Amino acid sequence: MNDHKTLKDPYKERVTFLRRVLLMVCVIVLAFGVLFYRYYDLQINQHDHFRTQSDRNRVHARSVAPVRGFIFDRNGVLLAENRPSYQLALVRERIVDREVLIARLQQLLTIDPIDLKRFERRRQSRHPYEPIPLKFQLSDEDIAILAVNRHTLPGVEITAMPERHYPQGAPFAHVLGYVGRISERDQAELDPVNYAATDHIGKSGIERFYEGSLHGTVGFEHVETNARGRVLRVLEQGEAERGSDLILHLDVGVQLAAYKALEGKRGSIVAIDVQTGGVLAMVSAPAFDPNLFVGGISSKDYRELNESADLPLFNRSLMGQYPPGSTIKPMLALAGLDYGIVTEETKIRDPGWYSLPKDTRRYRDWKKGGHGKPVDLNKSVVQSCDVYYYDLAFHMGIDRIHEFLSKFGIGEKSGIDMPIERKGLLPSKAWKRGAYNLPWYPGETLSVGIGQGYMLATPLQLAVATATLANRGTRPVPRLLKSISGELPDDPLGRHFNVKDPATWDAIHQAMIDVVHTRRGTAWTSAGRHLKDYRMAGKTGTAQVVGIAQGEEYDAEKLSERNRDHGLFIGFAPAESPRIAVAAVIENGEHGSWVAPVVKQVIDAWYASEQAQNPIGELASGR
Amino acid sequence: MGDSDFVRRLPGSQQAFGRRTPILSRWHIDLPLLLLLMILTTVGLLVLFSASGQNWGAVKRQGVFFLVGYGAMFFLAQLSPVFYRRWSPAVYLAGVALLVAVLFVGVGAKGAQRWLDLPGLPRFQPSEIMKMVMPMTVAWYLSGRVLPPGFKYIFVALLIIGLPTFLVIKEPDLGTSILIATSGMFVLFFAGVRWRYIFSAIALAVAAAWPAWNYVLHDYQKQRILTMLDPESDKLGAGWNIIQSKTAIGSGGLEGKGWMQGTQSQLDFLPESHTDFIIAVLAEELGLFGVLALLSLYLLIIGRGLMIASRAQDTFGRLLAGSLTMTFFVYVAVNMGMVSGLLPVVGVPLPLVSQGGTAVVTLMAGFGCVMAISTEEQRIVTR
Repeated sequence: MNDHKTLKDPYKERVTFLRRVLLMVCVIVLAFGVLFYRYYDLQINQHDHFRTQSDRNRVHARSVAPVRGFIFDRNGVLLAENRPSYQLALVRERIVDREVLIARLQQLLTIDPIDLKRFERRRQSRHPYEPIPLKFQLSDEDIAILAVNRHTLPGVEITAMPERHYPQGAPFAHVLGYVGRISERDQAELDPVNYAATDHIGKSGIERFYEGSLHGTVGFEHVETNARGRVLRVLEQGEAERGSDLILHLDVGVQLAAYKALEGKRGSIVAIDVQTGGVLAMVSAPAFDPNLFVGGISSKDYRELNESADLPLFNRSLMGQYPPGSTIKPMLALAGLDYGIVTEETKIRDPGWYSLPKDTRRYRDWKKGGHGKPVDLNKSVVQSCDVYYYDLAFHMGIDRIHEFLSKFGIGEKSGIDMPIERKGLLPSKAWKRGAYNLPWYPGETLSVGIGQGYMLATPLQLAVATATLANRGTRPVPRLLKSISGELPDDPLGRHFNVKDPATWDAIHQAMIDVVHTRRGTAWTSAGRHLKDYRMAGKTGTAQVVGIAQGEEYDAEKLSERNRDHGLFIGFAPAESPRIAVAAVIENGEHGSWVAPVVKQVIDAWYASEQAQNPIGELASGR
Repeated sequence: MGDSDFVRRLPGSQQAFGRRTPILSRWHIDLPLLLLLMILTTVGLLVLFSASGQNWGAVKRQGVFFLVGYGAMFFLAQLSPVFYRRWSPAVYLAGVALLVAVLFVGVGAKGAQRWLDLPGLPRFQPSEIMKMVMPMTVAWYLSGRVLPPGFKYIFVALLIIGLPTFLVIKEPDLGTSILIATSGMFVLFFAGVRWRYIFSAIALAVAAAWPAWNYVLHDYQKQRILTMLDPESDKLGAGWNIIQSKTAIGSGGLEGKGWMQGTQSQLDFLPESHTDFIIAVLAEELGLFGVLALLSLYLLIIGRGLMIASRAQDTFGRLLAGSLTMTFFVYVAVNMGMVSGLLPVVGVPLPLVSQGGTAVVTLMAGFGCVMAISTEEQRIVTR
């Protein structure tokens, strides 16, 4: 009412309005001009930049894991393959409520709490939209349940992945090894480009040694993905190159026989082809199911394996070092002949003990009362007369023992195509000076003379030594790989040594045949008398686990099982023209003669396999 | 009575009375505006179809909203501006009451309460209604005064504007509050508020910016402004939207990647692609040509609106039509500016193209008012 002096002037109001509208039209034109220029700038001036940006958004280079090569035995039996395995994975970004979802999944299928824990851990370190595996190795039933309920489970993905599978299972666990998830330590060593898409790597055995061949070459593809990382189509592709298939010298029949022979025992058997060094069987018992390791072994299973007193994860064939015991006697006998210390006719008296000149300490023979008089070279092998070898070793001296046994590969790595092996121990004066800074005592030579004392050998070394014996001086390099992708590998050549008189070999071979095939032989009762189809040469061995004090008796009954002697046996067949050499160690097996039938079973299996492969062909059999 | 009984001309009117008026005019429909709106809504549906990932359901829903919107427009066009003028204070008060209700019983998402779920009514945003009621009420208030308004009237008008704006800011909904305030301010501006007041207000606003920044704006609103200034600083977080929308626009180039061929939008890199950021879809798929066509369409609609406002019979009609049209312009400018990274992201949809029912209906209702004003002269005569 303050404005009563001024009257409303419609004309003036209209003019003011029109003026201001005109001004607004200018503002609008200007604003649209600015907007147009902005879009022009983005779409024309900066087009190339944003075009690239948008392509970078949607196009992703992705690595494609190669298919891992298969592994076969020498007859083409599958030892390692890849099978599709389905896994349940969650995409974090698409989950509405993780805990509700997991609870729902637990209603539908059983989810191992350990998997769940591992999932929680993986969840921390993942890229956005990357599926995080929750449950591995889904069964068909699981997949069906998930498929039916899929619409109620946002963020759940089922992905198929090839997964390593070992159809033969435990018998091949140590030799083939297994693959496992790439660890941080593996990551540091491998080629990041070639392994960009791979998540398993050979952890041990053949799988590890031939990782480079089995793995193959990574492929790539350029894929178009949406903002959620889902792949919509493949734009460009470079095929991954499949890993090479390996054919091994191993023979499933022989391996299984060896595994069966060791059932319930601890020990190892190694069988090698005498001529090629090809490993026909290599078993360490007890073993484990390698398939457990592929998907990631549960900590409970692992603890069980790792803490077992039987050491199932320990590869005894390559890592177990045992006193070879009497199995070295044929080699020492050969050394004695070659050095001219004894002849075949040299005889000694065996009262059941031996003592060094000017020493009262008695070194006992395993046989109380001794083998009587006279004991010649043949009898010393056949009956495993300790006193003969105390005497021989004493006269030979430790360094000559070292020199000669080295020719059989004792005390050095065999060079087998496995990632790790131990070299055993072949003592010498220099060694003892180096290791303990102590002089060598003559009594220690006597212990070495019967394969005790400091001396240690792996089952593989014993097998190689046996093959060298069978080969009359040619020591093969043991090999597991027979051919790779159909091509033969360049196998290292074996070494050969000559003895002064080749006939000495005959004496040794004959003695080893007599061990098995004569009534006084240590392997007659347990093995020799059952052998009808072929002839085998061999030598028993018994290795002391605990020292027996002077004047005390070895009594198996009194000793706890773990302290009983190890039983060993080395053998080759056919005795006349050897083709297979076998070494077997049974821990706490008490006596080598008890191991002889184990070796017999292995050689039987080898004959059966040869026959099956070559039914009408000529087989170099005993008779 | 029959039209043919009176054949007369009013001064300043080309309309010959007594002749049969075209059917559209008889129903108070402005043909050019209707045609432009029909083109725009059609374009809107096409772009939405692509932006929603060929989702027929979304397009149908939006189509239904458009039909409701056209219905509201048609209905409101029939009402006389006198009617609007008479009822606007009451509707304003009702609107304020609803906004207060939203603060207490409203529903919503992402920490904002914007919706009202009243029994027997579809869910709606009272703030949207306020966009239309606000210019009406301010126009009602000022058109009765001597113009240009004195300081006292400006103050009262600012109170009328300020109350709902404040309530909407509290929801919080910055985008809508800006539009509501703007619609009221344009009435004041068109009413001829003296320049010295305008410049003083601008000076005051600049001076008030510092306390506003520290005490009024929410963190997320500040974040949006900061992100706008430097979107590269937070690529995966706050800056993601802007980076992706600029990438979509820029990669479209002159001709675009083709309808439904935009990788940014089709592969879901572009967030909010069917709502606030839909212009980026259009720019990516139809290129600068598409943007230019859309800008022209908007320009024509705004031009037509201002033309109607200029021809309005009285001050109330002028102020209302002018303000509604300018609010529409602000929609376009703010949305296109924010999506292209010129302005902060404040949540203003692209009018009649972005998905969203309430906005469509209120915008169309606004055009109904404009049409009612455009054909007022007939009413005067034919009454």
